[in-house]
This record gives sequence, C-alpha cells and structure tokens, in this order.
Amino acid sequence: MRLLTYFFPPRPTSAAIAKERLKIVLAHERAGSHAPDFLPRLQKELIDVISRYVDIRDDMIRVNLGKAGETSLLEINIEIEGAKTKAKLGSAVPA
Amino acid sequence: MTKPGAARGREDLLAKVVAITSGKGGVGKTTTAAAFAAGLALRGHKTVVIDFDVGLRNLDLVMGCERRVVFDFINVINGDANLNQALIKDKRNDNLYIFPTSQTRDKDALKRDAVERVLEELKQQFDFIICDSPAGIEHGAVTALYFADSAIIVTNPEVSSVRDSDRIIGILASRSRRAERNEPPVEVNLLLTRYDPGRVARGEMLTVEDVQEILSIPLLGVIPESETVLRASNTGTPVAFDEESPAGRAYLDAVARFLGEQREMRFVQPERRGFFRVLFGRA
Repeated sequence: MRLLTYFFPPRPTSAAIAKERLKIVLAHERAGSHAPDFLPRLQKELIDVISRYVDIRDDMIRVNLGKAGETSLLEINIEIEGAKTKAKLGSAVPA
Repeated sequence: MTKPGAARGREDLLAKVVAITSGKGGVGKTTTAAAFAAGLALRGHKTVVIDFDVGLRNLDLVMGCERRVVFDFINVINGDANLNQALIKDKRNDNLYIFPTSQTRDKDALKRDAVERVLEELKQQFDFIICDSPAGIEHGAVTALYFADSAIIVTNPEVSSVRDSDRIIGILASRSRRAERNEPPVEVNLLLTRYDPGRVARGEMLTVEDVQEILSIPLLGVIPESETVLRASNTGTPVAFDEESPAGRAYLDAVARFLGEQREMRFVQPERRGFFRVLFGRA
C-alpha cells in the first residue's frame, strides 16, 4: 500500500483543493478585516528609505500583519540578496 | 384572530430571537426557517417565523399560507395594522405563527427602532422568534441579525457558501446589538445543508468536519440533500412536518440539539462504501 502510493501519489481530491483554497482565502480575509489601511503606505515609505542605500524593487518588500497566538505580529520581509549597493552612499543620505 | 398565548410574566426574559442567516443566497435559509419553526412548534414551543426579505416575500409560500396574507410586517411597522392582525396562525400546529413581509420595493422600510418595537411585542407572546434573513449583507440582512440572541448559519458544503458564512459570522460578532452593547455574544451555530454523503466519500464535496474546522463554530446539524425538500416547498409544507423525509428528520434532530438534547448525527455516512474505496481506503 505504501509502495503503491509512493509510485502513484494520489491526486488531491477536488474537496481537498476546496478546503486548502478556503483556508488560505479566509486566513487572508480574517486578517484583512482588522488590518489597518496604512500597510501599503508603510510599504512604499520603506521602499523609499531602503532604496536610498540599495537598489530595491517594489516586490522585494513584503509587509504583513499577522498573528502568532495572542500576539499581533508586524512582519516585514526585505529581500536584499543580489541587490546592488548604491555607488555613492553619502549622496543618498539626505542632509 | 385569537391572541396567541396570554401574557407570560417573567418568562418574557426567556423569549429568544433566532436569526437564520447565510450571506449567500439559495443555500436553504427559508427552508430552514420554516422547518426550524415547525420543529420548535412540534416540541410545544410557541414560535413565530418572520420574513425579513422585504420585496421578495417567499416564506408564506414555503409555509403554505400565501393566500391568507392580509397585513404584513411593513403595515405593522407603519401602524396600519396591529401585530395580531398580521400574524397568520398555522393550520397544522397551534403553536406556530407566520409573520409575512411586505412586497414593497422600498428595501429600507425596516427601520431598526420599529423592528425592535415589534420584536419586543412578539417576545410577550412567543418562546421563539425565528427571523428568516434575506441573502447578502445589506439592510434587511443586517436588521435580521442585529437583534439576534442566537444565529443559525446555513451553509452548503461548497466554497462560496463557506466563505460567505465566514463573513456573516464576522458581522454577527461585530455589528449585532449584543456586540454593540458588550453583552454576551450571539450564540452562533452551524447548519450544513444539501449534504451528499456519497459525493463526500468520493472526495467531491467538503466533509462536515472540513466545514466545521474552517468556520470553527458548533455544529447543530447536517441536512442531507433530499428530493423531499422540493416536494415540501411545492406543497407549502415545512419539511419538518414530513416524517418520511430524511431532511425532515435531520431538521427535527437539529431542533432537539438546539434545545439542548444530545443526538447522534445521522445522514452523514453514504449508504455503502464503493469497491475502490474499500480497497484503497484513504486514511
């Protein structure tokens, strides 16, 4: 039986797919209904600041408000691997 | 029309407003409202079922009293008729009354303070006030759940219905009167309708456990997909009055659980397991 499922992994049923999709969309919507609407602005300003130092594209920052147990969690993922440091750092910093 | 029940003194405090709601349309709210009210009446509780779907009156048809409607909810709210003129006494059960809605196009005709007045008056006469909510999350739907002490979330095992139910549960938690007044929250229960155990077994339909896990509210009952539901609405009989019907019996079980009884879930297993499922049965 194990061997059988190893060689022929069962395709997920449509009900299993429905459940996964629902879990994801509802997790998103439940969080969204309490999320402050400053998140997009925060994301934009973070990009502005970081891009003074390194080249960064919009999609390299992800800002999320989540929950870990009872604690609200502001999660900011900044991807800078491969991002080029600005050549003249000094000039990037405002006076 | 005779006045249903005498003044009930301190018992008034126990009168319970139950909203039948779902967000999505076509999942069986009116069928459920009719069946639930009938089931409560069969159990000896004085019950009135109110249609909140202004402009799209249908509870009267499902209850089989469409030709007896003279005055409606809006007439009472506007003071054109008194409550007992508008209440229709069911011919099959003395404990059961129907309060039809109006066919007016003015969707905002249900003013909140007027609805509150009517509900308070009904509470003097009835044990249970079943509110059949319209679909959607607009005025009528929000009014139907605003005054609720208890809500039954009617859900089909299907993605859009489950998602809309989740929205409604959120609205109950934030916009009901109990929420606004910081009172104990509306008691929320799940009723899964149009359940097909055969399709569930084949992995074609969300299981009752799936839906319960996603919505995480207590399960009141599972109503199997059944031809008898259409037969009941064809003839204007609440399906709970049909003792031959699996759906009717499932509704009576749900009513018993609602009243605090323990009853095993029926109609959640397919008739028999298919050959391949027995052979390769998944964990």
